[in-house]
Amino acid sequence: MKNKVILVIGLNLILFILMHWIVSMDFSPTQEKSMLEALRGKYGEKYVSSVDHSKFEILQKEFATPQEVTRACISCHTERHKEVMKSNHWKWEREEYIEGRGVTYAGKNNLLNNFCIGSSGNEKACAKCHIGFDFEATPDFYMKAENVDCMVCHDNSSEYMKGGGMAGLPAAQVNLTKVAQSVSRPANANCGACHFFSGGGNNVKHGDLEAALLDCSKDVDVHMASEGTSMACVDCHTADKHIIKGKLFSLSSEDANRATCRECHGALPHEKDVLNTHTAKVACQTCHIPVYAKENATKMYWDWSTAGRLKEGKPFHLEDSMGNHSYMSAKGSFVWEKNVKPEYVWFNGTADHYILGDKVDTLGPIQVNRLNGSFADGKIIPVKVHRGRQPYDPVNQLLIQPFVYSKKKGEGAYWKDFDWVKASEVGMSEANLPFSGEVTFPETEMYWPLNHMVAPADQSLGCSDCHVRSGSRLAGLSGFYMPGRDGGGWLDEAGTWVLLFTVIGVSAHALSRIIMHFNSK
Amino acid sequence: MAKKAVYIYERFERFWHWSQALLVSLLALTGFEIHGSYSLLGFENAAALHNSSAVLLVVLIVFSVFWHFTTDAWRQYIPTRKNLQAQIRYYTAGVFRGELHPVKKTRRRKMNPIQVLAYLSLKLVIVPLMVFSGMLYMAYRYTYQGDLRALDFLNLKAVAFWHVLGAYLLLLFTVVHVYMTTTGSTVTENLKAMLTGYEELEEEEAELEST
Repeated sequence: MKNKVILVIGLNLILFILMHWIVSMDFSPTQEKSMLEALRGKYGEKYVSSVDHSKFEILQKEFATPQEVTRACISCHTERHKEVMKSNHWKWEREEYIEGRGVTYAGKNNLLNNFCIGSSGNEKACAKCHIGFDFEATPDFYMKAENVDCMVCHDNSSEYMKGGGMAGLPAAQVNLTKVAQSVSRPANANCGACHFFSGGGNNVKHGDLEAALLDCSKDVDVHMASEGTSMACVDCHTADKHIIKGKLFSLSSEDANRATCRECHGALPHEKDVLNTHTAKVACQTCHIPVYAKENATKMYWDWSTAGRLKEGKPFHLEDSMGNHSYMSAKGSFVWEKNVKPEYVWFNGTADHYILGDKVDTLGPIQVNRLNGSFADGKIIPVKVHRGRQPYDPVNQLLIQPFVYSKKKGEGAYWKDFDWVKASEVGMSEANLPFSGEVTFPETEMYWPLNHMVAPADQSLGCSDCHVRSGSRLAGLSGFYMPGRDGGGWLDEAGTWVLLFTVIGVSAHALSRIIMHFNSK
Repeated sequence: MAKKAVYIYERFERFWHWSQALLVSLLALTGFEIHGSYSLLGFENAAALHNSSAVLLVVLIVFSVFWHFTTDAWRQYIPTRKNLQAQIRYYTAGVFRGELHPVKKTRRRKMNPIQVLAYLSLKLVIVPLMVFSGMLYMAYRYTYQGDLRALDFLNLKAVAFWHVLGAYLLLLFTVVHVYMTTTGSTVTENLKAMLTGYEELEEEEAELEST
């Protein structure tokens, strides 16, 4: 009797603990809907500037040079240029710690990519996307405050435009007075002028950042959609003293100052808890950016080795079915794709890069940038992988920084003279690097994390996009077990055989019983 | 000997048996879909149904453990060697010749020695294996009061291995179990008994029971 009482109490205790565990599991819906409403209210409001620059006396004049505009800006905003001149937009580099290298100054000055390869030696052309005038990669240039281009980011008249091959100066026809009087908070078109058109055309590089975002539907981007909250770039990419939050690991290396989804949406934003638990190892972007390059194609492959073919001594180009260049004598062959499914990698927030002068072998594709991370320390993120072939010095084992841009023939610029050896010679000597005289074209890869073109919730990935035996989006990722994808090993084989034998055995037993039963009659 | 209808399976016992049968079937159906063996309900539905069935089954198991101890029904599962060989001989030979069961079924002793071993291993090995590995599976990642928690020391592959192994054992058990129900004095007799609670047992035994 006493035993029974103890038993009953014990069992009740177990039951109580179990019930507590079940109840404490968070089944209650989070504040998802109301949170989204609050965010819509906050960011749906149209930005109104508290200053009208067209009323300022100092801006009521004709400006002879863009530097004159900058001096006018600085006369009121007396310290702002100092902030700007500390930013990576100005310096084209960041001071960051890279595992294995230590503190490194890396940026557009000394990193290569597998699109137009690199800026050094080609500054006159590349500076179209530098926030300065008369850009030169000299210490002297970086000290000159009047060369800070305030207008390229702050113009709100849609008038401003930098000239091609003009080292960052505005195009000749720009009405500087109109621009100066319009300045305000950067609009999406200001950011987009460089970030949409990087690589020499719309959506060439990123795949998820392109001109269509200026006026798009929710299907393309829930945040920037015109009929939705119509968010501005700077709503997420906020700035403190002209240091802008958020960066891309095509150039960046450190897990710091990132713009994240959770800043607005919180750490566990889903109603379904099973989705919240996914955030331990899966980045928001992975499910919520199911495809990129939704409106216009992006470059997926760039083969420099085919460049230099001429028709009757003249450069030519070919187009693909979407009207994008598939071949250019100056640049080689391209493959463009639209509505691309991302590839997926582990990422822990740190990256390494090919820095000009790094020795590298060609046993596998050369990774122009490498995203670090594994199951142990990272999350799964979606990436655009841009593949290609680009010039390489097999003797010195260096990726080549060729000299490509010049206005004149005979200086060695590849785009004028179509001679790889000469272009490499000039380019490498500009970069103070050796060149053997040999040029090959090994395969290279560049990883572009995707953060934009977030789809509406109902278009995000479902379970079976990944949790499936064949065709899983995460088929290429290893080092962890995933239900649905993994399985089919020896246990399943053994289990199936044992079950099969059991069924056969049972059937044989039954059959024998039936036969014996009728025989005995 | 005359036969008499004996109330052999109590109401709770039958409720427990059939709800367990239903839940285990649901768990197997959804579990192997989650495992990737086939696609039927869709992964999301399968996972949701699997989890809720699992919680219900655990609750049922808690009640049944309680029932076993409060009613002394657990004594049914004490293994014995007595008649074990005779029972083996019966299943491998006697059953074909239409011999009588070597062990009489009574209220006090509902199971023959082989059944005792089978159900005991189900209850002491397979079910605990499934419940334990399943709970680890569930607790691998969970949220608690707005916090994401994880049992990162767990190797999910190992947890899944034991859970899948248990699933195959359970399937194996079920196939044999369902077949063995046909080996009563008639093919459907055992099934009827588990549905109605009453089974035709030899009167002599039934009387013994009441003394």
